[in-house]
Amino acid sequence: MQRWIRRAGLSIGLLALQFAVLQAAAAADEYQVVVTDPYLELHTGPGRSYPVFYVIDRGLTVTVLKRRTDWFKVRSDRGKEGWVSRGEILATLGLKGDPLDLQEPSRGDFASRRWEAGVMAGDFGGASVLSLYGAYAVSDSLALELTGSHVLGNFSTGVLGTISLVHTFVPEWRVSPYFTLGTGMIMTSPRTTLVQGPDRSDQIAHVGAGLRGYLTRRFMARIEYRSNVVFTSRDDNEEVDEWKAGFAFFF
Amino acid sequence: MESRIRFFLLTVAMATALPGCALLGYGRENGETPEATVPSPGEQPVIQPEVVRREVVTPKIETENFEVGAFAGILGIEDFGTNTVYGVRLAYHITEDFFVEGAVGQSRAGKTSYESLSGSAPLLVDSERDYRYYTLSAGWNALPGEIFIGRNRAYNTALYLIGGVGSTRFGGDDLFSINAGVGYRLLLTDWTAIHLDFRDHMFDTDLLGTNKTTHNLETHLGLTVFF
Repeated sequence: MQRWIRRAGLSIGLLALQFAVLQAAAAADEYQVVVTDPYLELHTGPGRSYPVFYVIDRGLTVTVLKRRTDWFKVRSDRGKEGWVSRGEILATLGLKGDPLDLQEPSRGDFASRRWEAGVMAGDFGGASVLSLYGAYAVSDSLALELTGSHVLGNFSTGVLGTISLVHTFVPEWRVSPYFTLGTGMIMTSPRTTLVQGPDRSDQIAHVGAGLRGYLTRRFMARIEYRSNVVFTSRDDNEEVDEWKAGFAFFF
Repeated sequence: MESRIRFFLLTVAMATALPGCALLGYGRENGETPEATVPSPGEQPVIQPEVVRREVVTPKIETENFEVGAFAGILGIEDFGTNTVYGVRLAYHITEDFFVEGAVGQSRAGKTSYESLSGSAPLLVDSERDYRYYTLSAGWNALPGEIFIGRNRAYNTALYLIGGVGSTRFGGDDLFSINAGVGYRLLLTDWTAIHLDFRDHMFDTDLLGTNKTTHNLETHLGLTVFF
């Protein structure tokens, strides 16, 4: 408990430090744009429901301070600070007359993504399963994936780690199917309210298929089916069907 | 037959295309041809094009979509009394309306009424009274707005609905849990916020003999920073 608190305190301290460094870096790297629309509306907060409290006329320069979701915090040359929507900030020009390039990820980047991570939840042979995964794409169609799962059943719980090879047939499709093949380990422990049995550790292999669908920006939805075989120490191997749906992002 | 049709079509095509070509050349014959497009040797063009390559600056705008923080409050564990709870949370704001959040929390179960009254052997050993959970949730900023304190102060706020799945470790078991609730976020500055959260953690347990769904209500105050 003590250790836990100390660890939490330490992580928060580190985060605060990182934050301070980020703030300092941001101050040194400010970006200025010129208003080209008749005026630029400043909201009190990063959202459409926060009221407009100030407008900046065409031709004036504003400094872009930071971004939260689709809203940009700007400072006028008179020192007023407020939030501008993405649509309005895209209508401004840089000091050299160059259009603002936000370098936002798009569907093209989805097809040629390298890193992907996400969470999934579903059913593992009648038990609930929660998964966290990360993948690195060797090419547009072939990726190496690591998955950690927590299986929560009525009779036993388990922790499952797998490594798999994922092949996407047509990476450029918006909804794109894939095959997966892999192996790993599953650690099962029976529920304490039942018979106190020993914890088991078995090898597991799977073959499966799924669908990825590009949503927006760097986000995608994903559903997957896996047919698992647990190589138990008993006479029979155990076959487990696994269905999952989840949400992932790429970078 | 076929070759005759082809001859006919070719004739038609030429009859339509050739006058068109003549029209194209018409303007030039009337002296509108640009003069000497290719400079003769030794002769410099009148205008020296001086095209400076434009320097493209890609702005590095800092994004602040992550929110991290700690919280502390009280958790009522069904049948096992109410105790303090504390934990950490990490959220990612996808749009101004939606966010996802992961949180871990820890509390400790007390004694059931039966244990206290009867004075019999405890139902759980000491380590089994530890209550730990993690949640993966999605939230919706249902009511964004502002509150006004006094004449000169206004703070951005949002009332959000949140729910998700997770796991609870209690009584020595990991139990699949569902959580749902409502929270209130008050932004002190652009990058710090105070949270007041009410959350129901639901899971099935057979600790007390029969299998039942328990509701474990949590109220906590939290402090977060955006980065």
